[in-house]
Amino acid sequence: MTIELKAASKVTRGITHIKPTSLVLETGHFNVLLGQTGSGKTSLIKLMAGLDQLASGQIFMDGVDVSKLSTQKRNISLVHQFFVNYPQMSVFDNIASPLRVAGMAKSEISDRVAEAAKILQLEPMLKRRPQELSGGQQQRCALARAIAKESRAVFLDEPLANLDYKLREELREQLPELFAGRGAVVVYATSEPEEALLLGGKTALMDDGVVTQFGPTAEIYRNPANLTAAAVFSDPPINVVEVMSEKGSIWGGGNLTWDADARSASEGQYQFAIRPHYVTPNRQSDADVPVTGRIAVTELSGSETSAHFEVEGRSWVSLAHGVHPYKVGEDHTFYMNPANGLYFRKDAA
Amino acid sequence: MKTENQKAWLFVLPVLLLVAFNALIPIMTVVNYSVQETFGDNLFFWEGLGWFEQILRSDRFHSALGRQFLFTFLILIIEVPLGIIIALSMPKKGIWVPVCLVTMALPMLIPWNVVGAMWNIFTLPDIGLLGYFINNTLGIEYNMTRSPIAAWITIVTMDVWHWTSLVVLLSYAGLVSIPDAYYQAAKIDGASPWKVFRYIQLPKMKTVLTIAILLRFMDSFNIYTEPFVLTGGGPGNSTTLLSIDLVKIALGQFDLGPAAAMSLIYFAITLLVSWLFYTLMTKDDAK
Repeated sequence: MTIELKAASKVTRGITHIKPTSLVLETGHFNVLLGQTGSGKTSLIKLMAGLDQLASGQIFMDGVDVSKLSTQKRNISLVHQFFVNYPQMSVFDNIASPLRVAGMAKSEISDRVAEAAKILQLEPMLKRRPQELSGGQQQRCALARAIAKESRAVFLDEPLANLDYKLREELREQLPELFAGRGAVVVYATSEPEEALLLGGKTALMDDGVVTQFGPTAEIYRNPANLTAAAVFSDPPINVVEVMSEKGSIWGGGNLTWDADARSASEGQYQFAIRPHYVTPNRQSDADVPVTGRIAVTELSGSETSAHFEVEGRSWVSLAHGVHPYKVGEDHTFYMNPANGLYFRKDAA
Repeated sequence: MKTENQKAWLFVLPVLLLVAFNALIPIMTVVNYSVQETFGDNLFFWEGLGWFEQILRSDRFHSALGRQFLFTFLILIIEVPLGIIIALSMPKKGIWVPVCLVTMALPMLIPWNVVGAMWNIFTLPDIGLLGYFINNTLGIEYNMTRSPIAAWITIVTMDVWHWTSLVVLLSYAGLVSIPDAYYQAAKIDGASPWKVFRYIQLPKMKTVLTIAILLRFMDSFNIYTEPFVLTGGGPGNSTTLLSIDLVKIALGQFDLGPAAAMSLIYFAITLLVSWLFYTLMTKDDAK
């Protein structure tokens, strides 16, 4: 099973929501759409689901053009951020509803519902109504409906966003197993980089209605194609400074300087970006370079301390394990290994 | 140490007074009349439950009650489905929303006796726009001062015109609160428009519809002003609804005892039906 977009775009009332996008999504792993709110994740899902019309381009499922096909005929499932279940039906009927509409035999319906309910631990609640369930159970009911349907594609649009932390982690761990070996293309939209990393598979980075980069999740995390991609895949925000490469050394303003490496050997202007957890309060190795800035804000979250400070007019963040006694308003020297950073040519970015 | 005094009563007093003047005293006055025979010069004679027995056994009360239930039944089975249909066909967004909402709200803003007078003139066979049109242009005999059927059609139409908007506005409020996600789920499942209505829209409108039906039941069951101005209960007694009959007994014949007894019975019926309906409709949610 594959979904292929060929220059698919979406425009409503003159506003472009999705710029022409080409993408091949396959079964066997999670396809994560990662982007901030408003980057077009939901719009792209609605296009693939057939809930919205294409402005241009085509969508293929298993090589067949489905661009003009109605949502129902595409045989897909969609799980929302909100818990969408039919309020008047029992959990059993909710899971069974798409199968009934499809005209499936009664015995097969109850088999499939029983299987889905077992996987999602909904067996004791089959007779209850959705509103009598907790949020997590309601969302499991929606997931069970998607599983029982055995559709060709399952779209999960931030399905865990409205669940509390504990439940979110629990369900996120289960998700890959749930869909493993079912043959459906699983598309998972999220705004949290961490979720994309945990779910693995492939990730499509989305920004402003366009897929900026697509590939194996870990690969994209290590080598983002541009600064925007790097920024999307970083939480807290990635640290950026403009640097100049000249005669084998890098200069970033003030006394911020280090040796150029293979990636920045050719002379010119670069944007240097480094993730907050690579900027630490103590020297870790000989290759470390000191970065000094005035501390603006510090936050202690459990076992990690983050400090916001200013480097060459840009706000930087350091994220380090342990409790560090930063003093707001004072200069502090942090250390980073430029090898952990990313270079983007100024003209290319 | 705990101080014990009676100061708490001071805090309860305002509400006690309010409830007393608002509800208790008027009702007890009616109860007072209902168990006595009243003459001029403030002469009262104990009557017990005699008036209640008389009212409950009287054919006049039975037929007025029958007409009252028929009227309420008719307007409910017209206004509720019609209101839902109009609400469903109203735009969900865009510049037409406020236009539709204001247009819908207009009939409700007109004072009740004006509504009665308007429809009275509107349906006059010789000069009324509608009356003239039906009688002279269509050639159909239509005169509500002569024909009971015409009178009934007129009061029902008038109430539908006046109050369907309430059902529309409440249903519409229920409809627009349904997230798009539900419609998408239905689309993905391939549910028919009827199933969307039956399993998404209707359940989501249930609360507001319960309120709408309850309000329409109470209002129409107690309706007085509009039919009084329109038909005055005629021709004959054909549109004499309970409230009109009640006023006839109380003020026309000045039979305060029977009128008071009838008021209490009337009140009890309204309360009982409303309570039954509300309990049945909210039974599921309470579980």
